[in-house]
Parts: sequence; structure tokens; C-alpha cells
Amino acid sequence: MSDTLIKMIFGRLSIESLPIHEPIVVATFAGVALGGIALVGALTYFRLWGYLWKEWFTTVDHKRIGIMYMVLGLVMLLRGFADAIMMRLQQSMAFGANEGYLNSHHYDQIFTAHGVIMIFFVAMPFVTGLMNFVVPLQIGARDVSFPFLNNFSFWMTAAGAALVMASLFIGEFARTGWLAMAPLSGLDYSPDVGVDYYIWALQIAGVGTLLSGVNLVATIVKMRAPGMGLMKMPIFTWTALATNILIVAAFPVLTAVLAMLSLDRYVGTQFFTNTGGGNPMMYVNMIWIWGHPEVYILILPAFGIFSEVTSTFSGKRLFGYTSMVYAVLVITILSYLVWLHHFFTMGSGASVNSFFGITTMIISIPTGAKIFNWLFTMYKGRIRFELPMMWTVAFMLTFVIGGMTGVMLAVPPADFVLHNSLFLVAHFHNVIIGGVLFGLFAGINYWWPKAFGFKLDKKWGLVSFWCWVVGFWVAFTPLYVLGLMGVTRRLRHFEDPSLQIWFVVAAIGAAIIAVGIAAFLMQIFVSIRNREALRDDSGDPWNARTLEWATSSPPPAYNFAFSPVIHDLDAWYDMKARGAKRPITGYLPIHMPKNTGTGIILAGFSLVVGFAMIWYIWWLAAAAFLGLLVTAIVHTFNYDRDFYISAEEVTETENARTTVLARLGA
Amino acid sequence: MSATTVPTGDTPVFYQLEEEHHEPGGSTLLGFWMYLMSDCLIFAMLFAAWGVYGTSFAGGPTSHELFKLPLVAVNTAMLLFSSITYGFAMIAMQEQRKGAVQAWLLLTALFGAAFLGIELYEFSELIHEGAGPWRSAFLSSFFTLVGTHGLHVTFGLIWLFTLMVQIGRKGLIPANVRRLQCLSLFWHFLDVIWIGVFTFVYLFGAMR
Repeated sequence: MSDTLIKMIFGRLSIESLPIHEPIVVATFAGVALGGIALVGALTYFRLWGYLWKEWFTTVDHKRIGIMYMVLGLVMLLRGFADAIMMRLQQSMAFGANEGYLNSHHYDQIFTAHGVIMIFFVAMPFVTGLMNFVVPLQIGARDVSFPFLNNFSFWMTAAGAALVMASLFIGEFARTGWLAMAPLSGLDYSPDVGVDYYIWALQIAGVGTLLSGVNLVATIVKMRAPGMGLMKMPIFTWTALATNILIVAAFPVLTAVLAMLSLDRYVGTQFFTNTGGGNPMMYVNMIWIWGHPEVYILILPAFGIFSEVTSTFSGKRLFGYTSMVYAVLVITILSYLVWLHHFFTMGSGASVNSFFGITTMIISIPTGAKIFNWLFTMYKGRIRFELPMMWTVAFMLTFVIGGMTGVMLAVPPADFVLHNSLFLVAHFHNVIIGGVLFGLFAGINYWWPKAFGFKLDKKWGLVSFWCWVVGFWVAFTPLYVLGLMGVTRRLRHFEDPSLQIWFVVAAIGAAIIAVGIAAFLMQIFVSIRNREALRDDSGDPWNARTLEWATSSPPPAYNFAFSPVIHDLDAWYDMKARGAKRPITGYLPIHMPKNTGTGIILAGFSLVVGFAMIWYIWWLAAAAFLGLLVTAIVHTFNYDRDFYISAEEVTETENARTTVLARLGA
Repeated sequence: MSATTVPTGDTPVFYQLEEEHHEPGGSTLLGFWMYLMSDCLIFAMLFAAWGVYGTSFAGGPTSHELFKLPLVAVNTAMLLFSSITYGFAMIAMQEQRKGAVQAWLLLTALFGAAFLGIELYEFSELIHEGAGPWRSAFLSSFFTLVGTHGLHVTFGLIWLFTLMVQIGRKGLIPANVRRLQCLSLFWHFLDVIWIGVFTFVYLFGAMR
């Protein structure tokens, strides 16, 4: 075969694209391949494929989709953390003559992959998963507004994650840092496939994120139970609303800027080049117009979780609900007015920098108000130190420090010293781990019994909790110190041996966090094994206050046999306090959407389009795109998309619940 | 509905015992509006890029030299006509006249296709003159903004033909009416974007 023909068929993909010369990658691949074969073998042996396909992959049930998001986030957390610990190890040993164990080619991919994975494929799936699971239950709805889109969104996110994972073994990932700043990410400086993997993974996952944002906003606006006015919405639903509005208003910006970057790389346009009239600072501006709202997309739902947890475990109504809602909304708006604080050093001048410095500092006011609201909720409450509450207290202590270092960075003259230093790295890990991640752990521990009908094991939960909190401070306090000493981020090797001790301490911190992650996995494993002992039949294990606890755990497919009617902000607490009687007869057939495999097929085609575009396999890209289009069109010819759960089936399910509740009452 | 009202006294109703009638697809228009607004933001970024790069000629041809306003005027007329004819399709839809709907949709498609044809001709002329999107940041942003709009029109046409087949098969059932409404929003939205393109790209560009 001639070379041109091979090029036509395989694009720039060749045997050299496989990183067989990198022993670390080869070993990882061997591990992943063996694990994968074992998993596939086990699923086949136990004949689980049909079950998975019918009950999970094609499901349009928001609860199952939510759980699938959580699984995706957990798997990617392990990958992202593996990157983190490799960096910590490299930086703790690469001093003077010691070059460490990672070459720069590999190291640069690792810090890029770590950032991309942790934000897009860990934090986002976790946050989206929790919102997906909880919001419809909290507002007394039976599903989201667009159940099919919900399934499609999940699979698009998963397809993006799959592309990032593929880059580990086929070709390479970007070596540009997690935002792929131009002109470094342009074709001149990054001619290989790394940046293309980055672009296509984010574009494909971005479609999923955007559609899931539209879906949840429509759900919250349109599908609340009767009586639930906006100011009777649970605070987590409020934060979910704000977050999804931010998603709808921010992710198109990312789509546009990445599209321009791809045009620069594929077509040769001049948007972000140094020649031809382009301007790389335009890229920096545009990506941060998305990037800053993005951090609030992550933190707002965490604030919602902390609010629910604080109120539940203090046995009190949330202090300052109205101010909390307004704080969320103010943060939502302000998050669009601060993007330039990420690059004060661009040199836009004193007045521009002052404006963005001041808007940034103003954000700390509503955030501070929230902290006081949580403290006042706890004040004179009967606090139960269950795991979710412990994570919440740890968050308050940790996040306040992270917030204050953020205000330091918001001062432009200080930022000129701290810009791109490890101080910044410590700051954003302080707010993302101390805020988002602690919130997610609080949420997982809080809502797990709702999802599966049994609580998570407390002993292993405590181990995980203490390792995470202590490990976090041990790992990142040294980075604050190093940052103040002027050490910049993303370095692979250091000359000054006096710095080494700090990096060694940071590595020890990362190791403690690793134990925390292992303990978390152990917590899940032990809880599943002891599920009978941990079982909760009441559906309300925490004596909570919002509607999701009014139904059984796990909830039936239709969530509520009868729509609840809301009279009070803490709707379920109100129902309990006033002795609301659950109706036990008169069930009606319930209208529900049908499962469909279209979402996973569309996402599969998108994955192939992305992969083919990355490797310049034009025929495959065109064919897969055609497949995508045809599948989408064929899907619209299917008008028969829903069915009724018969009254008999509802009666049977609900009678079983009545029996269980009667036994508990007896 | 009576079950939802709160009776006076101490035992309010906590569960709705009758099934409330939900219009299927009741959130569709709201959802579609939100999608359109997110799409609008993509265009906002492209307009912003045009705003920054509109005069970055990099020593190449300028907008004043390149833009042929008469051609653009004809093109604009095509798109505006297509919006009017779509409006007539919607009126016919409200009167439940299936044949008229199909005829107006076909006319809309013809105008849309004419618009695309003229745009492609314009693009090919420009590239032929050595003013392709790679020549300067000005041309990059021009081609990207106008081309993204054109791509939307292309997908609108595919959608329109699909919908014509579906109306042919199923008639003006509620699901198809809803789809016609969504496509209507989409089509008029593209018109609004084009007004922006015509004004800020072509008119202002030709004056530079």
C-alpha cells in the first residue's frame, strides 16, 4: 500500500502514536487493560449486559442518570488523583542533580490532564449528578422536563471523558495547562494531537453540560409541585437553578472560544496567532469569561448542600433563607463581572484592574453572609454530628481561609507578586477541595440513603473525613508558603535545595489524601456489604425537612404516587408536624417516558467524530457525522415516547410501602 | 383542581388526589428559548471577535475593498422573505390547513436555499481573490461569524425538510405543531442575527 493511501485511511494515526517508549504509561495500560478485561468478563459471565442496557444505559429516570453521573465522577476522580500524586512525587524529588522520574513531555501532560479531569470530569459530573438526582425529588416532580435529553447529556459527558482517557494510551494529551492558553495551544507550538484531544473532549462533554443545564432550568421553572412558589423552594433547588442558569449563560462562551481555537488549528485562521492580526489575549479574555462563572457553577450547589445539611442536622429552619436566596443570585450576577482578575498582569491599566479587583472583593460579601447564616442556623440548634454535618463544619473552617487568600489575590498589586505562583494553586485548591469537594462528600453521605435505602458506614466515613481534612492542610499549606516565596506553578525541576522540605511535606499530605480516598471506597464497599444492618425503611433517616424525604428510599420510578401540595418552605417538616396522612388508596395510572437507546448511540457517534477529527481521519469523521445526523433525524420520527404505569402496579408498590411504614410505626 | 385548594381549618390538603392534566411537552418552548439564548451567546462571542478583529487586516484586503453591498442586499432580502413566508406557514397552521402549511414551508426552504447559495458564491469569490479566512484576523472573524450563521441556516433547512415529511405523514398533530413553533423561533432568530451581521459586519465594514 502506498503511503498516501495509508495516510488517507489512518490520518496521522500510526504505530508510533502508541506510547510504547513510556514505561509508566505501558504499565498503566497493562493494568487498565487487565482490569477492563476482567470487568467485561465478569459482566458477561454474570449476564449483566442486558440488565445494564435495559435498566441503566437507556434509562430516562433522573435518579438513575444521577447515579451514573456519580459513578463517572468517582472513576475519573481516581484518574485525576493518580495525576496529582505523580506530580507531588515528582516535585518532592526533582532537586539539583535529581531529575525525578517524569520527563517534561510526560509531566506537562499530567498537570494538564489533572486540571481538565478534576474540573470537567470529576467536579462537573458529581455536581450534575447530585442535582439530577435531588432536584426533581425536592420539587415534588416525577422526572425532569426532557428525560431523553437528560440521558443524552450524560452520555455526551461520558464520551468526553472517554476521549481524555483514550489520550493516555493513543497519542498524548495537551501539554498546555488546563485552559490551553494561546498561542501555546496553537498549531505552531503544539503541533501534535494533545490539544486536539483537549478540544474535542471538552466540546463533546460541553454539549451534554449545556443541555443538562437547559433541562434543569426548565424543570425547576415548570415542574414544581402545587403550592411551591419561588420563595418556598428548598435552598438546594435555588442553588441548582442559579448554577444551571450560569451553565446556560457560560458554556456557549467556551464552545465559541474552543471553536475559534480549532479553526486556528484546522483551517489556519488567525484568531489567536501572533501573526496575521490575531491576538492571544483575546483567547485569555474569552476563556475566562466562561472560566470564572464555571467556578461558581461548581460552588453554588455545594453551598446548597451545606444549607440543607446544616438545617437538617441542627434541627432548625435555615437562618436567613431570604438573604441566602439573594446572596446566591448576587453571586450569580457578579460572577460575570470579575473574569479579568485572572490576568491582572495582562497590563490593562490601573482603572480596569481596580474595577475587577473591587468587583472580586464584593463577591466576598454575599459569601460571608452565607457563612453567618449557617453559623446562626447552628446557634442554639440541637446539632447532630453525623458525617454530612462534619463535612459541613470542616468546610466552614477551610473555606473561610481559602476565601481570604482569594481576597488577597483580588488586590491587583499583590496579584502582580502572586500571579501564577503556588500561592494561587494553594488558593484554588483550598476553595475547590474545601468547598466543592467537601460539599460533595457531605451530599453523598446525606443523600446516599435516599438513593439506595441504606446509610453509609460511619466508621470508614470518619477515617475518610479526617484523612481528607488533615491531608488537605498538610498538602497545601506548604504551597501557600512556597508561593509567598515566589515559586511558580507547573515546574518539573528545582535548583534551590532549601525548597525541598516543603515539597516533601506536600507529598506527605497527598499521601494522606490518598488514604482518605481509599477509605471512601472502603466506606462504600463496607456499606454495601452491611446494607441490611444499615437499612433505613422509613425513607427519612435524618429526620429531614425537604420533600425528597417524603417518599420511599429508593424512590419508585414515579417518585410520588400523588403530587404533594406545599404550604411551607420546609415542606416535609411541615407535613410531619401537622400530621399529613399519606393516602393509601385511589391510585391512578401514571404517565411516564419510555427508555431509549438513542442517547448512547448519538454519543457514540460523537465520540467517533471527535476521535477521527483528532487524528485527521476525514472519511471516518464524515461517516460518523452522517451517522449522528441520521440517528437524530430517525429519532424524531418516533412519536411513541411514553407509557402508563398501570394503577395496579402503583397500588402494589405503594401497598408494600404502606406495610413497611405500618411495621415501623408498630 | 378542588383538591389543591387549601380548606380553612387545621388540616390542609397535603396530597393532590386527582391527576393534574399536564400538556405533554409543556416545557418545550421554554427549553427551546433557553437553547436559543445560549446559541445567541455563541454569536455574541463571534460578534465580539468581529468587534476586536474587524480592522485587523494584517496588510491584506480591507472590508471596504471586499464587501459588495448590492449582493448582500439581495441576500438579506432572501432571508427576510423566508421569514415572512414562514410566518404565513404559521398562520396556515393555526387554520389547520395542512396543504398550505406545506406550500409555505417549501417556499421558505427555497428562499433559504437561495440565501445559502448566494452566501457560498460570495465565499468562493472571496477565497478566489485570495481573501480566505486564513489571510487575516479580520477575514477569520468575518468567515467564522457569517459561516456560523450559514451553518445554522443549513441545519434549519434539514430540519424544515424533515418536518415537512413528518407533517405529510402525521398531519398537524400537537407534536408537529410544537415542532413547527420551535423551528419558527429558530428561523426568526437567525433573521435577527442576520440583521446584526448585515449592520455591524457589512454596512459598518463597507464604510471603513
